Amino acid sequence: MAYYRSQVLICAGTGCHSNKSNEIIERFNEELKKHGLEDEVQIVTTGCFGLCAAGPIVVIYPEDTFYSKVKADDVPELVEEHLLKGREVERLIFTTEDDSGDEPKTLKFVDTDFHKKQRRVALQNCGRINPEDIDEYIAFDGYKALEKVLTSMTPEDVINVMKESGLRGRGGAGFPTGVKWSFAQAAKGDKKYVACNADEGDPGAFMDRSILEGDPHSVIEAMAIAAYAIGADEGFIYVRAEYPIAVRRFQIAIDQAREYGLLGENIFDTGFNFNLNIRLGAGAFVCGEETALMNSIEGKRGEPRPRPPFPANKGIFDKPTVLNNVETYANVPKIILNGAEWFNSVGTEKSKGTKVFALGGKINNVGLVEVPMGTTLREVIYDIGGGIPDDKKFKAAQTGGPSGGCIPTEHLDLPMDYESLMSIGSMMGSGGLIVMDETDCMVDVARFFMDFIVDESCGKCPTCRIGTKRMLEILERICEGKGEDGDIEKLEELAKTLKSSALCGLGQTAPNPVLSTLQYFRDEYEAHIYEKRCPAGACKKLLSYEIVADKCMGCSACAKQCPVSAIEGEIRSPFTIDKEKCIKCGACMDTCRFNAIIKA
Amino acid sequence: MKKTAADLEQIRKETLKNVELRTGKDGYKIIVGMATCGIAAGARDVFKEAIEKVIEKDLDSVTVGQMGCIGLCSMEPIVEVISPSGEKTRYIKVNKEKIDNIITSHIIDGNVVSEYTSES
Ligand SMILES: Cc1cc2nc3c(=O)[nH]c(=O)nc-3n(C[C@H](O)[C@H](O)[C@H](O)COP(=O)(O)O)c2cc1C
Repeated sequence: MAYYRSQVLICAGTGCHSNKSNEIIERFNEELKKHGLEDEVQIVTTGCFGLCAAGPIVVIYPEDTFYSKVKADDVPELVEEHLLKGREVERLIFTTEDDSGDEPKTLKFVDTDFHKKQRRVALQNCGRINPEDIDEYIAFDGYKALEKVLTSMTPEDVINVMKESGLRGRGGAGFPTGVKWSFAQAAKGDKKYVACNADEGDPGAFMDRSILEGDPHSVIEAMAIAAYAIGADEGFIYVRAEYPIAVRRFQIAIDQAREYGLLGENIFDTGFNFNLNIRLGAGAFVCGEETALMNSIEGKRGEPRPRPPFPANKGIFDKPTVLNNVETYANVPKIILNGAEWFNSVGTEKSKGTKVFALGGKINNVGLVEVPMGTTLREVIYDIGGGIPDDKKFKAAQTGGPSGGCIPTEHLDLPMDYESLMSIGSMMGSGGLIVMDETDCMVDVARFFMDFIVDESCGKCPTCRIGTKRMLEILERICEGKGEDGDIEKLEELAKTLKSSALCGLGQTAPNPVLSTLQYFRDEYEAHIYEKRCPAGACKKLLSYEIVADKCMGCSACAKQCPVSAIEGEIRSPFTIDKEKCIKCGACMDTCRFNAIIKA
Repeated sequence: MKKTAADLEQIRKETLKNVELRTGKDGYKIIVGMATCGIAAGARDVFKEAIEKVIEKDLDSVTVGQMGCIGLCSMEPIVEVISPSGEKTRYIKVNKEKIDNIITSHIIDGNVVSEYTSES
């Protein structure tokens, strides 16, 4: 076994990959060769570190130096300075300012709240191991839980530990995992299946992808444990084809596990057999819904089936099936190894453990964070997320994507868990957390999600197919300033009908963004409808740009920027905007140095 | 090839030696001064020799690292050895032979090689 005195960990998750981390890897290989360091320094490609906003990320050990926003052209300097001469390259080290004390301090990554306030369980290995090397997974106690289960626990023992741990489904509904497994175990059948839901269609969520990219073996191990618990010998993981890196790494992981005999026949010589296959989804949101997903696995059209019967009794090919989410599975091996109490000592009364959130929207540290259940939204946004860019004011955060709702300022200190989010009209969902500031229009947000739902409705049940379309039409006209008295009531009535009579969760939850924005921001709806005004200044049809004559110096900068030549005037006298021609792009306002252009 | 539980334990132990670098090793640290002055004085050879010796003697818990210039350029190559309890010993004008001796007596046997720590 080779001895490396230094290791360079380079993030090859989707975020950093699209920022060309592959070029960085190549450059490192070249530069190491050039300096004759290739036998001393090992390059390790990893999954996501979580701080996507600072990507591409490179971490060098043993110093544990965290470099951010690295470019391929920085690599020669990193190799020569850090790896050859032992001098850290200060300008590339990730730091944040801590201005809470008297003197502002520059913090290193390990000292940031982003790092310190997190607790990594599901993401434990992401960014720490090379996901394409099963040995590295094994090194950090990988496949030990499977061995423990197969050699020293009965299926009942496993289910009891899962029940005691209090783990609940991370895919959205929060159903207790141990209970789900016990139903499938009790179900009679000559053949049973386990399945993993890696469809992740919620816009803004990417934790499942990151786990598959960064720690695929944890999901394989957990699925084998679930199979043993319920008496299954075959499994499917349903991943959307839009996640090519995840699919590739997962396939590599399956192949390596098979080679080691950790998948296949007679695993650990215990007589337990388990095989696992990937099924690719074509990127339909409804295929994340469990019954539609199973239809799709069977090769049928991805449309939901009525429930009951539930998958535990009649799932894939009508056989008893356990379906869990990726993040749910990622917790399982750790629970088996460390015990139910270790797991349930973290979290709130009814929501145990941690939850991964994908931070997006108007937030500085866009990325993935994992925090104990019950952490407040304020901590997530301000301490870990680094606050809102440009010192804008927080307005609301959307959780649960198109099935969820928004959390307004007054609930910033709400401890986030399944129950508390429900109680304020939102939901945990998969953990997508989109932050909105004062410039975001809440009616437009509701319109955005409804637009998504109309596209994604499978059309099987008329309530969803027609109901969501009608709701979208109303929302669109409100945003365009054509809303009428009575529209809000119509939205509410349609919402009620959808909730009570749509066939599956997609339609039943589709009105949630509308209902929760109505609950907290009804005045914005009313301003659009009755005053034809968008208070946030976001709905283009409802705003116009004007030049304040007193402030205009007549410099013509705005006129030069305008892409449609809608601004005219004489040099050194006030300019004017032709509202007929104006496309409301805002370029003029960004250009003006005298704050002479306003949105009205 | 199919692995038994014992095989996995073996893989775990072997691989840990390598990945431990990321979680922090608990053994001695050998830090070689590798600024321009150090390299000019032959620090690179000392550094390589240190790595080779560590491999040869199977010293898995030892970290070999570098540091920049500490302002004693005339004493280069400088090597610092930090014990697991944090005690620091500075060796000066180290060459291949000296680093071998430092590893054998200080790292393996725990005896500081005092004749290399100051000019005599
Ligand atoms: C429209 C819709 C989309 C869904 N998409 C996903 C998804 O992408 N990933 C997921 O794990 N669960 C999704 N779910 C929830 C699943 O139906 C199911 O509850 C979950 O996969 C069960 O796993 P868990 O108990 O581990 O959460 C979706 C549900 C609905 C109604």
